[in-house]
Amino acid sequence: MKPILARLSRDLPAMLGLGVVVVVLLLAIFGPWIAPHPEDASASHLLRRLKPPSADFPFGTDNLGRDILSRVILGARGALQIALTVVVVAMLIGVPLGLVAGYRSGWLSETIMRVTDVVLAIPQLVLALALAQLLTPSLESAMLALSLTYWPFFTRIVYAETRRLSASLFVDALRGVGAASPRIVFLHILPNALSPVIVRATIGLGFTILVAAVLGFLGMGATPPAPDWGLAIADSRTYLPRAWWYATFPGLAILITVMGFNLLGDGLRDIVDPRLRRSR
Amino acid sequence: MLRFVLRRCALVLPSLLGLLVVTFLLIHAVPSDPAVAMAGDAATPEQIAQLRLQYGLDRPIWEQFAVYVGKVARFDFGESAFSHRPVALDIVQRLPATLELTFASLLLSVLIGVPLGVAAGLKHNTWPDHLLRIFSVLGVAIAAFWFAIMLQLLFAMNLGWLPLRGELSATLSKPPVVTGFLLLDSIVTGRWDAFADGLRHLLLPAVTLALGGLATIVRFTRSGVLDTLQNDFVFYERAVGYRWPRLVWIYVLRNSLTATVTQIGLLFGGLIAGGVVVEAIFDWPGIGSYTVQAILTGDRQVMLAVTLLVGAVYAAVNILVDVAHGLLDPRLMERA
Repeated sequence: MKPILARLSRDLPAMLGLGVVVVVLLLAIFGPWIAPHPEDASASHLLRRLKPPSADFPFGTDNLGRDILSRVILGARGALQIALTVVVVAMLIGVPLGLVAGYRSGWLSETIMRVTDVVLAIPQLVLALALAQLLTPSLESAMLALSLTYWPFFTRIVYAETRRLSASLFVDALRGVGAASPRIVFLHILPNALSPVIVRATIGLGFTILVAAVLGFLGMGATPPAPDWGLAIADSRTYLPRAWWYATFPGLAILITVMGFNLLGDGLRDIVDPRLRRSR
Repeated sequence: MLRFVLRRCALVLPSLLGLLVVTFLLIHAVPSDPAVAMAGDAATPEQIAQLRLQYGLDRPIWEQFAVYVGKVARFDFGESAFSHRPVALDIVQRLPATLELTFASLLLSVLIGVPLGVAAGLKHNTWPDHLLRIFSVLGVAIAAFWFAIMLQLLFAMNLGWLPLRGELSATLSKPPVVTGFLLLDSIVTGRWDAFADGLRHLLLPAVTLALGGLATIVRFTRSGVLDTLQNDFVFYERAVGYRWPRLVWIYVLRNSLTATVTQIGLLFGGLIAGGVVVEAIFDWPGIGSYTVQAILTGDRQVMLAVTLLVGAVYAAVNILVDVAHGLLDPRLMERA
């Protein structure tokens, strides 16, 4: 752990990303205690509708008089919850499939990889939108739809790593001393294949936040009055151009969060795979 | 050359068939009843049962699939439950608008992205390079729908320079349909007023869509240039006395573009998919807004057709990418 942090600290953009990720994590955990108006998650104050940014409401208020700063802060938890769930579920599907396909050869392995290729070829956003709609629009459907479209990325990576590792000398040695296949795969190959998975997961978190925002924007993710960033941008369109702040700040929150995860992911990738260093 | 292309095409067919199976299964595995969705809220059970019969929804799923494949092979994608028109007809009518938008954004991102990427590669580790790196991360992290709304807010609502939505002002009549492409038709029929107006409408959606691609192209061109500059031939050509601009724009660029070309190919598919939301925001009359409408109304036939269409576009573009690689680096073609 220590060498990774030490090497990361020399990469300024990656540190910036790490900083953003830490802040978003803190906001997600402690949001209700940090937000100036935590009750605005659901309350409405019609007397102070659509007020421009001021000292009391730095990001202004929305169409129900709710403090946008508070709702942006409170939205971090939802965004991270969706992203973490999606990435973890996608990993739970994708990693075992990649291990099996990579370690075994034959029809099972072939089938897994062909299905992976096909799912990768489907436009992810369209598929996720279609699935989310057909499963009756809700947050759970959105998360399931995103997981079902994201697992092939993990299968691909784990497959390549497992292929490489199972040809290596130490795996041969393990086989020679009679280790059972599950033991080799889970205790020896999996830990060695994990770092590219973590890199992909970090970038995947940012990406999922972005796609989840699109789903929220189209009304297929979070439901009102949840303080969802995508939902807020969708609601704000009725009040443009008068209430510019209503659309602007939730979008900035998405932008900064996704950028944080991407910068951190890029930095981690450089450490895991130095060959790619220059190609950033 | 021809054999190379044919071989690539043959490789694509199985994955298209796989795409058909997977999308069909995914869309049919979900527990909502399409007949209920089609009939609407006020339908009686008899009406629903009749719809089910009419669309063969009472048949086993493999039979439905066989029927569907047979139809797709004849380019029959069924009827939209929403517009009650053949899906294939809707798509053919809407495709030109989407292609126009896609090409415009691709053109923008290549014309701006490649020179910027070359510049960043040449000025490696100086402030323009750092600036471009930040920009390329930004471009990927920005939510397109939000960026679209910000552009609308600034350029259409506040400054009033550009139109807010649509493809053509309501005050103008459409040019006669020759190719179906609005801008092309305006040129062919000499309707310069419609051409200028169409361009103005195209600008904001094209810029929105171009942003993500621009970032990717800058990134890959930059790394391609950086790699190429390490080569001995560059060193040699410099020693022989080639002038910098000629060396960079002809010899270095050609050798740096392999990865960029791959990305342009991937982008094309991504642009059509990414256009879905952007089209909906700008009311662009293409496949994207059609898709959003279909998704919001649960129109399965349309969803399946669009997914297949985009998959087919991906596949076609992949073949083109391979051919382009072959042209940039003839060694690849001999090997294949």
